[in-house]
Formats: sequence, C-alpha cells, structure tokens
Amino acid sequence: MCEWCFGPLEVVYDYEAIASVISRERVAAGPQTIWRYADLLPANPQGAVDLGAGMTPLLRADRLGSELGLPELWLKNDTVNPTGSFKDRVVSVALTRARELGFKVAACASTGNLANSVAAHAARAGMRSVVFIPSDLETQKVVTTAVFGGTLVAVDGTYDDVNRLCAELASEYPTWAFVNVNVRSYYAEGSKTLAFEVAEQLGWQAPDHVVVPIASGSQLTKIAKGFRELHKVGLLEEEPSVRVSGAQSAGCAPVADAFVSGADFVKPVKPSGIAKSLAIGNPADGGYALQEVRASGGAVGSVTDDEIVEGIKLLARTEGVFAETAGGVTVAVLAKLAASGVVRPDEKVVAYITGNGLKTLDAVAASCGPTATVAPRLEAFQASVNVADWR
Amino acid sequence: MSVKVRIPTQLRALSGGAGEVEVEAATVGDALKALEAAHPGFAERLFDDTGSLRRFVNVFMGEEDIRFLDGLGTPVPSGAVVSVVPAVAGGQ
Repeated sequence: MCEWCFGPLEVVYDYEAIASVISRERVAAGPQTIWRYADLLPANPQGAVDLGAGMTPLLRADRLGSELGLPELWLKNDTVNPTGSFKDRVVSVALTRARELGFKVAACASTGNLANSVAAHAARAGMRSVVFIPSDLETQKVVTTAVFGGTLVAVDGTYDDVNRLCAELASEYPTWAFVNVNVRSYYAEGSKTLAFEVAEQLGWQAPDHVVVPIASGSQLTKIAKGFRELHKVGLLEEEPSVRVSGAQSAGCAPVADAFVSGADFVKPVKPSGIAKSLAIGNPADGGYALQEVRASGGAVGSVTDDEIVEGIKLLARTEGVFAETAGGVTVAVLAKLAASGVVRPDEKVVAYITGNGLKTLDAVAASCGPTATVAPRLEAFQASVNVADWR
Repeated sequence: MSVKVRIPTQLRALSGGAGEVEVEAATVGDALKALEAAHPGFAERLFDDTGSLRRFVNVFMGEEDIRFLDGLGTPVPSGAVVSVVPAVAGGQ
C-alpha cells in the first residue's frame, strides 16, 4: 500500500513491450494454468508457487439460461480450482511474488476461501503460514485450512475485526507476506486471469456482460481491467465494451446500497447472513467497483439468504455445478437483473461462479437430503418413490 | 479527558517512534488535533484537503470503527484508546 495515504498501489506494465512478445499462439503454447498469462502478471513464472490454478471450464449454460430468459449464458466454473475457489489464482501470484521479494511467512485475513488457498500454497512452497479467520466460520472451511498444517488463528469477531488485527500485525511483522495486505497489489492482479481465460475460451472475444460477486470489490475491478489489457497488448482486436455487474447478499450490501442510492462512496455496514465469503462490511475496493459498474452501464444487485439458497439449488439442478454461497448470490442476482432487463437476452453473458459448494454445506443441508429412505426391497422403493412413468 | 492514541508503525516516525501518545481530548477529532499539536505532521497523513479522514485510514474508539459511532465527533471517555489503523482489504 502507499506509505503516504495507505491507498492500494497499482502494478504498472510496459504494454508496448508486452505487446511485442505476447501472441495468441504463445498463450496457447503455455501451461494449462494462469501462468499461460505470465506476460501480464507481476511475477516470474519460473519458480511459481503453483498448484495448477486456472484454465477452469467455461460452460455454456443453456438450461439455466432458458430459466432466466438469457439465450447465451456462460458460466466460468472456478469451483474446480485446486482448493475450490478463484482464490488459488490470486494466491499463486501473491506467494510467487512474495518469495521473489524474500518473504518467508505467508499470512492472510480470510473469510475462508483465501484461508484454504494460502495454507495449501504455503505448504506446497514449503513456507510457514499464519492464517486468521473469524471464529464463526463454516466448519468445512476450518477443516480444509487446518489440514495443511500451518498456523490457523480463529479471531472472536467479524471479518472486519480480523482485517483490522491483520493490518496491525502487518505493521508489527513486516517480514510476513499478508497476501491481501502488504502484497495485495500483486495478489489482486491474479484475478485478471478470470477475464483473460474467458476471452480465450470464447475464441478471443470479450463477452457483452459479466456478473461478478463483490466482497472487497477487487475481483470485479480486475476482471474489467483484464479485458482492457487484452486489447492493449493486441490479443483482442476490437476494444472491448463489457458491461460489468456486481452481486452482493442483502446481509452485506454496502456496494449495492451505494449503487441504488446514487452515492459515490461506500458506507461500511455490519455483515450478517449466510454468504460469509462475501461478508466484508468495509470493502477496500468498493468505491472502485462502483465506478467500474457505473462507467460500464452495469448494476449491483443484492439478494436475501433464501434467494441465495434458491440460487445455489437452481444452478445445481440446471447445470450440475455446486457452488458455495457466493455462487448462489451471483446466480440469484443474475436472475434479478435478467428479470428487470438490466442483463438483456441479446447479450453474451458470463456469470463467475467462484467457489465450491462443498465448502458451505450448511447453507443447503437443511433443504437437501434423500428423496426417500426405504427398506432394501423392490416394493418398498416403488411404494415410496414415484417413478411409475420413467420406464 | 486523558486519552491514548495508538499509532500504526508507518506513522511512528512522526511520534518519535512511540506506538502510543497520550493526549487531552473530549472527542475523537479533538484527540487527533491534539496529536498533530504534539507531533506536527500527522494531520496531512490522516486527513484529505477537505478535512475529512482519508479514505484508507480507519479510526477506532475502543473496538468500534468511528464510522459506526459519531465519526470525528464521537465522545471519548477518560482512559479511552483511539486507534489509527490503515484500511486494508481482503475477500473477493
């Protein structure tokens, strides 16, 4: 961050120099990971801290699209990353750069997905890790972090409290790489690969409209930046004009509230609700996300916990993708924006599904169980389950 | 009212290396003014040209962000701790 005003720093690239070396062929010849885009990332791919993040499927979603009235809907399925979320992209970049800079300890404040990813990548790199989480985090996310053997600290408080503690710790322990604090500028750049891959997977075309979940707002702003960069370095011929929309839960909707009220600043809130991976009440990049959405002609919507659960189930039953609560937020907001005409049927739409449903089983456990429990006999099955006309 | 102001590492050069400065103040705003009076240089780092707190500076009265209280007008009881913490970000 800036030592003067504490604002985030931006990585600066020499786009002319990159344009002179990068090509679609060079990208295609690269690894099936985010590192195929190393020319546009702020770290050296030789010696990357790499579990294979990226190049996740872009799925054409005709069945979900049909339900929502969107003839050309695509899903960027980032649930299948090594630790089950898009965070593997940003952590791979952050720890690669952190190692180059000589940091020995990997640390973070996390709502869960980042905790998984930092602990796993640190284990892979042989770095120590210290991960801070709110103590009320979903059990699945605690277990899937602790298993990697690093130091895991549960803090009595909200994510914003954890973040505050980490800001103080980053001051006290300057040799620790807090991926989302003191190496955040590098970390955030990893999210650009969500745009790069989508354009490549669409046959080197930008979509018309993307829908992205918002917690800190960083991912949304970096996806928008990613599409622009592809044009700057010549990988996209036409200057892309991508409408960018954001998705929040009603329990933590500071950016959506600002969008709706027309405010140009984001007022912090106290988070509540089931979408814990998006529960940042004081989003550092919220203002930038708001600007990006407005400038592109998008919108920011919010949905209730019930709508989030319905979004998870709708996505699962129409497309076979099981998303965590953030994915439920994205799908439910997409449904609202499609119904209100903000996302239009004539648009090529990409929804970013950024985390795996196995991480937040509790969100749907109450409403997902066996259709029937029967004795192991034919007649018991036939008496309990109505499949009479399925022959 | 005697209050403690906690200073982040990045600003301790201004307070002669001290991590805590004791000042007399009735509100959070007064406390930060008193900090500037005792150790000139803080104000331009904490406030923008309009006199508002910079966007990436958070101030806490005890455990609570002053934006959830009365902002710079938040009263400070004697013995209170006012913390200046750089805003950072995480999550998605």
